[in-house]
Amino acid sequence: MTVRVQQADFDAGEEIRRLRLAHPEAGAVVSFVGQVRDLNQDRQVASLTLEHYPGMTEKSLEAIISSAYQRWNIIDTVVIHRVGTLQPLDQIVLVAVSSAHRGEAFAACEFIMDYLKTDAPFWKKEKTPTGEHWLDARDSDQSAKQRWNG
Amino acid sequence: MIQLLYFARLREALNMDGEALPLTEAISVSALMASLAARGGAWQEQFDGTRPLRAAINQELVANTALIQPGDEVAFFPPVTGG
Repeated sequence: MTVRVQQADFDAGEEIRRLRLAHPEAGAVVSFVGQVRDLNQDRQVASLTLEHYPGMTEKSLEAIISSAYQRWNIIDTVVIHRVGTLQPLDQIVLVAVSSAHRGEAFAACEFIMDYLKTDAPFWKKEKTPTGEHWLDARDSDQSAKQRWNG
Repeated sequence: MIQLLYFARLREALNMDGEALPLTEAISVSALMASLAARGGAWQEQFDGTRPLRAAINQELVANTALIQPGDEVAFFPPVTGG
């Protein structure tokens, strides 16, 4: 399990390659990359600033990944989340999961993202031509998480 | 003592990222919020329960009924928006 919270960009291809080559017993690597959009709810986005709670962020990501390990037979995971000021097209987050077969890696990757969205202490502030504002949490993210409890 | 931390929109509204408060016996999160709201102004607006707020004790999310002990690190913040 690798968890990194950093300002610097990451090379998703290199992270996936490393995850793949570290585990000959893995037959699947599933990954998700989130990036900054240039348009959010009809607002032109100039930049996005991510704040977090150092210490709790890492703990909470580790707890989310640990519950994924309990639910599925996964082999290894990499989660990288960026903080600081980002521009449209910048990468925000990488979640990559390896497992023996694809089904478990697909499920675990989506589970980790869904829980990260609602439980990990990150906050986004958006800068648009008309000013800056903090983004509100979305109900759709809560319901995405809740379907795992069904 | 307890160490309080405020994040994101809350930090900006209070114009403060944290403070130390004296505490000699356990108190619930909601009781602490009530005493912060009693400071009035921006404090009342943020802590009177009309805005969604999350609380963490020692870096773990908790319900408002959770008890804070002397020495704890207590954080308040808006619902999270990462990813």
